[in-house]
Amino acid sequence: MRISRPATLSLRTVALLYLGVLLLLPLGVVFFRTFEHGFGVAWGWMTTPAAVSALWLTLLMAAIAVPLNTIFGVGTALVLVRGKTRGRKILDSLIDLPFVVSPVIVGLALLLVYGQQGWFGNWFQKNGIQIIYAVPGMILATIFVSLPFVVREVAPVLIEVGDEQEQAAATLGASSWQTFWRVTLPSIRWGVAYGVVLTTARALGEIGAVLVVSSNVAGSTLTLPLLVYQRNSQLGSQAVTGAYAAATELIVISLVVLVAMTLLGSRRSVAR
Amino acid sequence: MSVIVLIPLAAIVAKAFSQGFGVFWDSITTSEVLTSLGVTLLFSLIVAAIGAVMGTIVAWVLVRDNFPGKRLVNAVIDLPFALPTIVAGLTLIALYGPRSPFGIHLAFTRGAVAVALLFVTLPFVVRSVQPVLLEIDKEVEEAAMSLGASNMTTLRKIVLPALRPAIVAGSALAFARAIGEFGALVLIAGKVQIASIIIFADVENDSPQAAAALSVVLLVVSLLVLLVIRRLGGRSAH
Repeated sequence: MRISRPATLSLRTVALLYLGVLLLLPLGVVFFRTFEHGFGVAWGWMTTPAAVSALWLTLLMAAIAVPLNTIFGVGTALVLVRGKTRGRKILDSLIDLPFVVSPVIVGLALLLVYGQQGWFGNWFQKNGIQIIYAVPGMILATIFVSLPFVVREVAPVLIEVGDEQEQAAATLGASSWQTFWRVTLPSIRWGVAYGVVLTTARALGEIGAVLVVSSNVAGSTLTLPLLVYQRNSQLGSQAVTGAYAAATELIVISLVVLVAMTLLGSRRSVAR
Repeated sequence: MSVIVLIPLAAIVAKAFSQGFGVFWDSITTSEVLTSLGVTLLFSLIVAAIGAVMGTIVAWVLVRDNFPGKRLVNAVIDLPFALPTIVAGLTLIALYGPRSPFGIHLAFTRGAVAVALLFVTLPFVVRSVQPVLLEIDKEVEEAAMSLGASNMTTLRKIVLPALRPAIVAGSALAFARAIGEFGALVLIAGKVQIASIIIFADVENDSPQAAAALSVVLLVVSLLVLLVIRRLGGRSAH
């Protein structure tokens, strides 16, 4: 199509205005609100014991959920693409479930299984393990909501690279373990990396599922997103500044994630 | 997979029907629940529709237009995926709340809900249309033009049909996401009856059966959307 100059310009203006109003303006206002009482006040809110522990807990949960989901994701993608098992089709459709299930429902589900009156709650309680209203439950919730990312990034790459090289390696006497490490993994590495970044982003920012299974106690079960939620619900404009300060921390983290996404995204498309 | 995903979901279904079908039926036909389902579905539809139009325009500009800073704009599209949803909600309070710098007081109204949902679902349509637009054969367009087709005709007969599957798949994903969205809405929904927020309130008020019943309805809707997406084969976006 040949589009006239004015039409191009007006489309561009519409698109950029839409993005600006929807994405950038809000972020700017959060930064402004965070630092409106000076940098010291904001820094104070970021370094309260509750905030520091929330930052660490957020990072800890991502540090546990992301590697588990990466291993699971690569394994599942291999089963889906290379496997010959019968349940493949069913597995393939089930994998996307966490994307379409509301996070609150995820939290409720975990509550019903591992909570006090839940299916396995009694057994865990007898053995002195607390899952709901504690960190293990929050980690389970995080794993659930960020489960499909790696699978969905790796599976198409596996299809695209094909299995000829793997077969060649096998005929040359490589064990399946060697084939995986030396042939398969290098060819899917950008897909894996991109999936890891997406998983990390989701794990760091999850609130709905985690909110239901957390006891929301500062210093033990409060993540950064929960801290934002809690501080915003408190009365008084000072606590609200605290909420903005915690939000700014999250924004900085997600900007780092975004840069990683962009870099890996272009690497990934080149590799394809 | 089954331990983490299927058993918990089975527990929800079991809980919803734990006191018989009658109780389940009663708890999903209260006026509060029916309103919330209506509101949630309506908003998700509206947001998916606006997202389809605006997302396609944005994708078009990113592929066919050239201007300084285009790569930066392209990167910013993924922001809603990277940004925690609670922060998205908070930013909307900052913008449209009681202390709005522009004097716009959208927070706690339906408008705020729509804006929040548009924010979190922005990347779906853009990221599913963009690759198709990149790969589309420009020659067909040129052929149409040289045969005397106007811009409008080319758009209607050549470009849009090629993009339609991607647009539909992207908006279906956006729709599914909007139905279940919680984080971006919890701070700003106010009195707007959103299904996921009602589920949360039910859990807090210690009535898990009611929460599970509404969850089952939402789950069924989400599964239907998932089926539609599979049918379209739209698996390019996340």
